[in-house]
Amino acid sequence: MNSAADAMLVLVLLLNFFVLGSSRIRSIIYTVAAQGVLLGILPVLVHGELGVRETIVSVGAIALKAVFIPRMLMRAMADLPIRREIEPLVGFRLSLLLGAAGTGISLALAARLPTAGTTGAQLLVPASFATILTGFIVLTTRVKAITQVLGYLVLENGIFIFGLLLLKAMPFLVEVGVLLDLFVAIFVMGIMINHISREFSSISTERLSALKE
Amino acid sequence: MGLATIIIPLVGAAVALLLRSDMRRPFVLPFFALAHLVATIVALARPEPGGGPRWLALDAPGRIVLLLVSVLFAVCSVYAVAYLRLRKDRPNRIFCACLLAFLGMMSFITWANHLGLMWVAIETTTLSSAPLLYYNRSARSLEAAWKYLLVGSVGIALALLGSLCLGYSSLAGGHESSLLFEDLVREAPGFSKLWLHAAFILLLVGYGTKMGIAPMHTWKPDAYGEAPGLVGALLAGGMTSCAFLAIVRIFHVVVAAGEAAFASRILVFMGLFSMAVAGAFLVRQRDFKRMLAYSSVEHMGILVLALGLGPAGAFGALLHMVNNGLVKGVMFLSAGNIHRAFESKSTDEVSGAMRRLPVSGALFLAGFIAVTGSPPFAPFVSEFTILNAALGQGRYVVGGLMLVFLLVVFIGMGATVLAVVQGKPSGRARRTPFHDRPLTILPPLVLMACVTVFGLFVPPPLRAMIEDVVRFLGYPEVQP
Repeated sequence: MNSAADAMLVLVLLLNFFVLGSSRIRSIIYTVAAQGVLLGILPVLVHGELGVRETIVSVGAIALKAVFIPRMLMRAMADLPIRREIEPLVGFRLSLLLGAAGTGISLALAARLPTAGTTGAQLLVPASFATILTGFIVLTTRVKAITQVLGYLVLENGIFIFGLLLLKAMPFLVEVGVLLDLFVAIFVMGIMINHISREFSSISTERLSALKE
Repeated sequence: MGLATIIIPLVGAAVALLLRSDMRRPFVLPFFALAHLVATIVALARPEPGGGPRWLALDAPGRIVLLLVSVLFAVCSVYAVAYLRLRKDRPNRIFCACLLAFLGMMSFITWANHLGLMWVAIETTTLSSAPLLYYNRSARSLEAAWKYLLVGSVGIALALLGSLCLGYSSLAGGHESSLLFEDLVREAPGFSKLWLHAAFILLLVGYGTKMGIAPMHTWKPDAYGEAPGLVGALLAGGMTSCAFLAIVRIFHVVVAAGEAAFASRILVFMGLFSMAVAGAFLVRQRDFKRMLAYSSVEHMGILVLALGLGPAGAFGALLHMVNNGLVKGVMFLSAGNIHRAFESKSTDEVSGAMRRLPVSGALFLAGFIAVTGSPPFAPFVSEFTILNAALGQGRYVVGGLMLVFLLVVFIGMGATVLAVVQGKPSGRARRTPFHDRPLTILPPLVLMACVTVFGLFVPPPLRAMIEDVVRFLGYPEVQP
């Protein structure tokens, strides 16, 4: 048993519900950042020691997931007139229900899968699946580009949790996973462009190219 | 030699960034494309050095994809010179650099012999190709690039999860595989089956997104519709083949684990589903570039379907991948010419392409006949091989469905293509000074010549390479 890690994973799961139920984009960004901090602490708890690998992954995760990307998103928010996700394709209450169902299914599914027994934490696999599902729900049911990016971040957090299972055996694959964050950073630039285009499409697209070069 | 085919294009990209003249910069493209082609041929001619597994190594399917990508890029680079000369309105620094970087990353995929490394390579192709999509800087092309990034990165994320599951499958089976493909294949029989199944599905969905099989194809019509013709050719002929290569490699591991039957069922289903979806959207399609996107969805469906049909099917799949890559080059480049001449890609405004652009119009028509699998062109041979593989296994329903979908696609595409090429140019289209020039028609003509020759006979070296792949996959002996 690894109760500290499991407790941390329960917190991660709770934050998933925050993301699903909130309409204020700012608070979703804070929630995702908080999740990033928790994920950063997890490698040390799961493996119960502070080796070089764990430190690299921890520091990298916190720097990217909890500081760098949320900051970029906040800066993007400052330039935008949007504050809330107003008309999601699926309502907040329904998406909470979907999230609850997803978490239940993940727990049931994970109980059936064989484990390698590399870590003491019981909740790693179900928490990872549930977080991935949460990310999917947000990605597919929200219409604002910035919320979609947040959904993608949650999805990726889920994958990160799964990666912890393999941190000892296959460090390369896990470290590569952190690269996915870099990908997101570039992705975030895409979102700004997207918004600029939305802003200017009503005026003239020439303004857009004037801005670009 | 592996590093050379990756580094040469990257050096080219750096040179393109450094050059100041928009006029002279495009000539960098054919220069480095040619160097890449030479490096590719040298790499293919030399026998593989032994001495244990390495991170960068060219396996049998990788050889074919590398050659296809290199040839296709070389042809497109010549077209790019002519195209960029017509586009003096836009700076082309980023465009040229990204094109070459894209080539480098596609070569990287073919050489990556490690599960994680291959994932990184495929991720970087998304990054290097996204700027190519918004070359036109219009609101529509920005939207297309955004969708491409969003859908593509979700696919990439799922592929990472699949890779992790595959690693965990090895761990749960009591192994600690190095994740080099050779090691994975060797140790696959001992993997945990449940996790292996999960890994295969996730990887198929993830890399299938990059390949554009239904229902993960949603980025394709927008991306191909808005991108310049030559970018469409490289995406539809090059990048999708690279993604298919990734799926072939994963399939290889699953076959080695003795789970070929499980994987084949899924591949056949996904393939037929893609063909059906493509057929549905091709009927009454008025935008001829979006039409090409759905045609690509159809052909990706044929590829995964064929991979699920045993050794004969795999032979057809690899042959069809080559043929599809070449025909897509013809179609996209000639469609690009027509688009430029009429400044529209809708059949509401475009008609009489044959009169306005005799060569491009004829190539577009010939490309259509070839891409729908009509004799005497190459896709006919490969599609016939695949159909034969299905019938040879006694899978009449699969064969029958494939025929029905091919017919639907033929009728659907036929209506659009004929509307474009036949008749007189209508008054609704703007008159532009664009006409067929040697450099805009020669590249698709060369590709069309290949498609015709391959239809008459498959060159022995290519046949040998494809047979290598079938041996490489190591299907278990099945009783017909």
